[in-house]
Amino acid sequence: MDLTINHFLTISAILFTIGVVGIFVNRKNIIVILMAIELILLSVNINLVAFAVFTGTIAGQIFAMLVLTVAAAEAAVGLAILVVYFRNRGDIAVESVDLMKG
Amino acid sequence: MELIAFYIFAAIVTVSALAVIMAKNPVHSVLWLILTFFTAAGLFVLIGAEFLAMLLVVVYVGAVAVLFLFVVMMLDVDFVELKQGTLRYWPFAGLIGLAFIAEIALASFARGGAAATANFDASPGAETNTEAIGQVMYTDYFLLFQMAGLVLLVAMIGAIVLTLRERPGVKRQNIARQTSRRREDSTEKVAVEPGRGI
Repeated sequence: MDLTINHFLTISAILFTIGVVGIFVNRKNIIVILMAIELILLSVNINLVAFAVFTGTIAGQIFAMLVLTVAAAEAAVGLAILVVYFRNRGDIAVESVDLMKG
Repeated sequence: MELIAFYIFAAIVTVSALAVIMAKNPVHSVLWLILTFFTAAGLFVLIGAEFLAMLLVVVYVGAVAVLFLFVVMMLDVDFVELKQGTLRYWPFAGLIGLAFIAEIALASFARGGAAATANFDASPGAETNTEAIGQVMYTDYFLLFQMAGLVLLVAMIGAIVLTLRERPGVKRQNIARQTSRRREDSTEKVAVEPGRGI
């Protein structure tokens, strides 16, 4: 048996599910939520690269690179917001973020 | 041989990804995240996408994970308190995860599974993977490339603007004021009578 695209799609699906479960499990800890989002984006990247490589095209790899860019930007802005929030409130509990709710 | 390597990498990815979401200490979470990215880079190398693998190591491990590590260590948060009551969420989260897995399995196997080809080519029309990417990156996908740069610029400016803080009461050097200062502005000529102070 050889390495096929199914192997990569399976590991990608597993990683995606772990990321989604991670968001629900760590509902209080926004840092781990951001990390779970990174896991989800990684699984998307694996998917894109697997499809690109096994169909013999290059577009998927370019797109994976763009996903990587967006993930880096998202992490930077998200952590900046987190730092500002912590500076203003002294904790990062997600449950108290609904303070501005009308 | 490749299959054995794949299974080893896949096992490490799964275990470390689980450890990311289950670790008690967020610092450990970040370290597991680094392991996950490293192993995913190994998976990419396995099918010949070397450039993306190296990019994954440089961008994720070198930049994103270090950023996470900085923030986790900088914030003085009681993580034990944050972790309390997590057990309560597991049933719901497990249900969501099962639903996801079931949907994906249903979508993949409803048509009898995809026709799996074993031949792969990570660098079509070129000698190496990097060359294949470089050939289209700055030609066909030039606009996307520029827009990716713009996204990064906006993110950088946003992060700086968000975290910039004007502290009151800080003494700073004002060079313009310093250089435009004249003798008449800061000195005064006083005729002092002998035997008396000013």
